[in-house]
Amino acid sequence: MNGKVYQRAEIVDFWAMVFNPSTMDRLIHVWLGAFILGAFFVMSISAWYLLKGRHLEFARRSFTGGLLLATVSSLAQLLSGHSNARMVSEYQPAKLAAMEGIYETENSTGLYILGWPDDESETVKYGIEIPGMLSFLVHDNFKTPVPGFDQLEETWGRPPVWITFQAYHLMIAIGMTFIGSTLLACWFWWRGTLFDQRWLLWYFVFAVILAFVANEAGWVAAEVGRQPWIVYPSLVNGELTGGLRTSAGLSEAVRAEQVLGSIIFFGLIYFLLFVLWVTLLHQKITHGPDIDDVDNSGEYPSMKKAFE
Amino acid sequence: MDWQLLWFVLLGILLAGYAILDGFDFGVGMLHPFAKGDEERRIVLNSIGPLWDGNEVWLVTFGGALFAAFPEAYATIFSGYYEALMLVLGCLIFRAISIEFRSKRPEAWWRSTWDTFFFLSSLTISFAFGLAVGSALIGIPLDDRGIFRGSILDQIGIYQTLVGLLSVSMFLMHGAIFLVFKTRDDLQQRMIRWTRRGFVAFLTMYLVVTAATWLWIPRAVATFEHFPYAWIVVILKFLAVANIPRCLKSHNYLQAFFSSCCVIAALVFLLGVALFPNLVTSSPVSENSLTIYHAASSELTLKIMSLYALIGMPFVLGYTFMAYRTFRGEVKLDKHSY
Repeated sequence: MNGKVYQRAEIVDFWAMVFNPSTMDRLIHVWLGAFILGAFFVMSISAWYLLKGRHLEFARRSFTGGLLLATVSSLAQLLSGHSNARMVSEYQPAKLAAMEGIYETENSTGLYILGWPDDESETVKYGIEIPGMLSFLVHDNFKTPVPGFDQLEETWGRPPVWITFQAYHLMIAIGMTFIGSTLLACWFWWRGTLFDQRWLLWYFVFAVILAFVANEAGWVAAEVGRQPWIVYPSLVNGELTGGLRTSAGLSEAVRAEQVLGSIIFFGLIYFLLFVLWVTLLHQKITHGPDIDDVDNSGEYPSMKKAFE
Repeated sequence: MDWQLLWFVLLGILLAGYAILDGFDFGVGMLHPFAKGDEERRIVLNSIGPLWDGNEVWLVTFGGALFAAFPEAYATIFSGYYEALMLVLGCLIFRAISIEFRSKRPEAWWRSTWDTFFFLSSLTISFAFGLAVGSALIGIPLDDRGIFRGSILDQIGIYQTLVGLLSVSMFLMHGAIFLVFKTRDDLQQRMIRWTRRGFVAFLTMYLVVTAATWLWIPRAVATFEHFPYAWIVVILKFLAVANIPRCLKSHNYLQAFFSSCCVIAALVFLLGVALFPNLVTSSPVSENSLTIYHAASSELTLKIMSLYALIGMPFVLGYTFMAYRTFRGEVKLDKHSY
């Protein structure tokens, strides 16, 4: 530019960009996350109607539909998550080390179910671990090590481990809860006693909050885990290529106060929107579905009817 | 024509499309307080009800195309005009919320609060877009890497304010003409009076800004020497401006509306001519300006984008045509209205 050469990313192959190693994995993962949230949202409102004895026919049908989608999506999300983690282990090894809390490379790497990563002692405290499990999930064999920060940090850097670890584990814990609870609900549905399980319906009224949390936690794990890179480098012939550190990617024209100001500004806007959203949603839920729109033949309102 | 020039022209088309379409939305927003009572206000709001968000897609496309085709210019503009963009973004958000939420509750305080936001945000955005155009013509301080080195004070001045007022008056006139075919009876009569007031305001500001550009921005006038045919557009624009009062007098509002669309398109075209080849003009060190050749993406990117535009444009024109056809004529309120 203006006679000087600056580095920038330029496209050389369109399809290689669209189908880069992470796009399909991540797209499907986000997509399924949206399905799960949508399904739990529908189930939450339907379960509330069922518990309050309102719009029963409507609520039974929408709850069952939501349950089917939630069950299939939660199970599919497990496979998708597994595929994502393997992709991350190959292309973003430091992120995987942070998500799983691997400080030291061991011959056989275990999988933490819970734990408290501590950067000072370089260990995961109070960890509950399945021995060799992570090696198996990544390499299909219990004896191949998954590299930790002792091997990775010099090349790849180290993201904030505690946040990445906890966000990632929170997401997985919620995902597993969803698999368990939707399968249980399906079993009751099969036996025809689903709508008598009031405790389970109460759980589904509030489970939608967990679905929101899981989606946000997954996002946090992905973005905090990518640090210190804003453009993640790739390893070409043993050398890191094409990376840009977050600290080097800052705009020179924007000052810190401006960014802080806009964060406060958007914080206020989103807070206001959240209050409005909850208020209006509450009003809509209390009002219930427009049963008048469903005529006696059992037909649902169509676009054609809406325009009449 | 090379790929960089092609995308400069396409950005101009996107900007003109946006200014014409969202222009009347802003005009409607500015005229909204002059509707009396809740029903009239809902009629005015619903005149753009099914159209406004489709119109804003043109702004999103403009920003996306600027980002993809001329990333260096995008970076300079979005970082350099940080405060102004946050203000515009905030207004666009509040405007959208006020349209969506206004009629969701019956309380008078609720509705009048959103009505106030609707009016203020429409007015502020119209003024801010004018400021931006004025600032683009006058220029901002850039360093030799095309990075903005200044503060918001370098973006505000008498000239920029005049262009801001021009933009407000132009959208006011444009929106008033639009509202004439969307309303009836007493409300329509009031809007007809506003078309005249809007035209007088627009004509005044138009003459002032033309004179100011002539006096203060020699660069903008000098470019005409490279593009003598641009004078044709200047003449056509004068005819279109003159046609508006003629149509208003004979109550031919459809033609008046098309004339005001042509005026907006011509002004955007002349803005392009005045800027060319700069996307961001540097002032006082004019060598640091970001031209379409300095700021462009690789040719492969521009070619891929052109293919996208070729595939996408028929769909955009198709749905725009369908939406305007479906919702033509006077506003009728039903339970799906805002």
